[in-house]
Amino acid sequence: MMEPIARWFKWLSSTHGLNYSVFFDNYDQTLFLKGLQTTIFLSLACIFLSIMVGLIGAWLQGSRLRAARIGTAMFVQFFRNTPPLVQLAFFYYAVSSLLPTLTDQFGAQAPIINNLGWAIISFSLFAGAFNIEIFRSGIEAVPTAMTEAAESLGYTRFQIYRIVVVPIAFRICLPSLGNNLVNLVKTTTLAYAIGVPELLYASAQIWSEAMNVREMMVLLLITYVALVAVLVGLMQRWERSLRIPGYIA
Amino acid sequence: MKALPPNSLPVLLTPTRPALEPLPAFTTFVQSRALAIILVGGFILSCGISAALSAGATQPQPSILDVLLKWAPLIGGGFLFNIAVSIASMAIGTLSGVLLGLGQISPSRPIAKISWFLTQFFRNSPWLVLLFFVMFLLPFELKLGSLTLPLPAWFKAIIGLALPVMANVAEIVRGGIKSIPFSQWESAESLAFSRRQILWQIILPQAFKRMIPPWMNLYAILTMATTLISVVGIQDSMTLTKAALVAEGRLDLYLPFYTMLLLMFFAYCYPIARLTQSLERRVAVKF
Amino acid sequence: MLGQPLIEIDHVEKSFHNTVVLRDISMKITKGECACIIGPSGSGKSTLLRCINALVPVSRGSIIVDGIQVNDPNLDKLALRRKVGIVFQQYNLFPHKTAIQNIAMAPINVLGRPKEESYERARQLLAKVKLSEKADAYPGELSGGQQQRVAIARSLAMNPLVMLFDEVTAALDPETKKEVLFTIRDLAAEGMTCILVTHEMGFASEVADHVYFTDGGMIVESGTPTDIFKAAQNDRTRAFLSQVL
Ligand SMILES: Nc1ncnc2c1ncn2[C@@H]1O[C@H](COP(=O)(O)OP(=O)(O)O)[C@@H](O)[C@H]1O
Ligand SMILES: [Mg+2]
Repeated sequence: MMEPIARWFKWLSSTHGLNYSVFFDNYDQTLFLKGLQTTIFLSLACIFLSIMVGLIGAWLQGSRLRAARIGTAMFVQFFRNTPPLVQLAFFYYAVSSLLPTLTDQFGAQAPIINNLGWAIISFSLFAGAFNIEIFRSGIEAVPTAMTEAAESLGYTRFQIYRIVVVPIAFRICLPSLGNNLVNLVKTTTLAYAIGVPELLYASAQIWSEAMNVREMMVLLLITYVALVAVLVGLMQRWERSLRIPGYIA
Repeated sequence: MKALPPNSLPVLLTPTRPALEPLPAFTTFVQSRALAIILVGGFILSCGISAALSAGATQPQPSILDVLLKWAPLIGGGFLFNIAVSIASMAIGTLSGVLLGLGQISPSRPIAKISWFLTQFFRNSPWLVLLFFVMFLLPFELKLGSLTLPLPAWFKAIIGLALPVMANVAEIVRGGIKSIPFSQWESAESLAFSRRQILWQIILPQAFKRMIPPWMNLYAILTMATTLISVVGIQDSMTLTKAALVAEGRLDLYLPFYTMLLLMFFAYCYPIARLTQSLERRVAVKF
Repeated sequence: MLGQPLIEIDHVEKSFHNTVVLRDISMKITKGECACIIGPSGSGKSTLLRCINALVPVSRGSIIVDGIQVNDPNLDKLALRRKVGIVFQQYNLFPHKTAIQNIAMAPINVLGRPKEESYERARQLLAKVKLSEKADAYPGELSGGQQQRVAIARSLAMNPLVMLFDEVTAALDPETKKEVLFTIRDLAAEGMTCILVTHEMGFASEVADHVYFTDGGMIVESGTPTDIFKAAQNDRTRAFLSQVL
């Protein structure tokens, strides 16, 4: 099935000089698909972890412990107001220099967490800081009258959270959460800087061999816009499925 | 259940604050002090950790603070370059973005469609990829007839960062205009204002106030994104930090150096974020 | 138990920070009684109801509901709230649950009743408030009066001993107001103990066994509806009634 497509791109390359080697060169294709796979994995891992960070942080911000609230607020402000690229370098070079190393089977020293691991940690904390703010403002937007009604029906604090606050707050949050997750997917390209073989890195490998920067750039942009479009589509579908008839948040 | 004498209770019944309530007093407290605490605390902590780690060093070496102070002017200069790039990109991105945003509400359908498409495309592309795109695909010089304009790397970088700024400004402009109720257009129309007059004299002045906070927020994001130019080989504070660390070749310097760089950006971006917030609140109250 | 009041409010005081809201409130409400509280807004009527339900703690004095000391620091709030239902001015239904879910969920989650039984009971209650056909509608799809009747059914599902109503018709238009008032009147007629804060003086004089007039955090005057509406002794009561009637 791929054969006609490959042939057409080969023809395009030989007659018009537009070298989309990814479509007919096996090696380049594998590299590109591996890169795409890494980008998707990196994105999904960070989406999941950043939502966890957001939920835990939002919960800590409602805590009775003053230290927990102040700590969370400082975490949020710090990660929101510093460059994600420097955060990544901070983790990958500075923090990892403090950790002990492992000796691998060839006797070489290997870090406990590799570059992909640090990228996941760094981006999850970065996007998580935004998620904390998003979830917190969603929780604050739930009318206190609603929680009071639940309280007077005898619900416990935890039940009120689970049954009333979280479902309503989540619907309020969903659009901003979607925006932030789109930003997160775009941010994964920064992993290039520490040599994680994601889509941008793989493409750079391809264009430095095949000398097709222009073509790879176009392909890259289209691929990322498509990835983002898929995510936006999924988020919109989710929003629709959660929509309550007659309710305006 | 113990039967307590009714009049001995008030002390026991100190009202407890429900945890779900918003915490305005607390938030202002944190925000007014967070800057100082993070700046000073983060710095001392990272120096401390590194000092503790390097305590077992075999040969005598200059203290961390001395090394930091030696390099700080150079890295600070690099940081000023980041700021300069951010200002230039913001200016170019804002001008083109306003045009693109107005294009989206143009009565001409093709113009509106194209503007919308460009906005969505550049808004949803990763900043780093757009930067690569411009760095590689703009020629190193521009020939205009007999005139040859060189296009230095830093200039291309400014353009590369201005592209996503443009798309985001376009979105801010469109959103600001859309946020003005349609009844404003209608009532102005019924007073025989022309479309252009309505836009410039009635809608935009109202929308402008609402566009300022997101525009400032975008500026802070851009400032942080200027570090990306180090990835495409332009010397900025990030490049210089790396270079300094390579030159010193000491593992214990990584933490303090990167902390210093983070704090430089924090000291610049956090006040902008605070100002944005307070403007946002003021706008929200007014409308 | 006969003659023993179901609710006993004894010299209750309540202040928020430095503002005193309830100065000295005492009331006795017997089983099956319908008590109406009237008074200018800001006089502390809502606060009193919230105190009875332990939504806010009292500052001083005691409240006993069917033997439960509400101002006990070790109060079992769940036990109290099984006995006391409250309906608010702003319905406060859960917007993400249908009418029948709103009614059935507290018995399931709080009382641990079986699902089947709770839904069956919810259906009966919906019929009682004449909204059987709206079982699967979301609150956003119901009118104000309908939402308010679902809110009443939701409270009734907990089988309370006493129902508190806080200006439940204040946000409704005259037509839908009636539906809600009829529901409350039927409840009172069935012998449900009710405490009712209302501005509907005609309704109060019709259903109340006892009327309390509050002003400035105190009970200025109380008595039968005839005492209050026909022969008020206190000037402030008379001034208030002349304004609202
Ligand atoms: N949570 C609170 N914090 C501070 N003041 C309150 C609070 N709740 C009520 N008040 C004050 O208590 C007074 C009485 O309020 P309320 O009981 O609602 O009166 P009513 O229901 O009779 O109109 C008002 O002046 C109000 O401002
Ligand atoms: Mg009230």
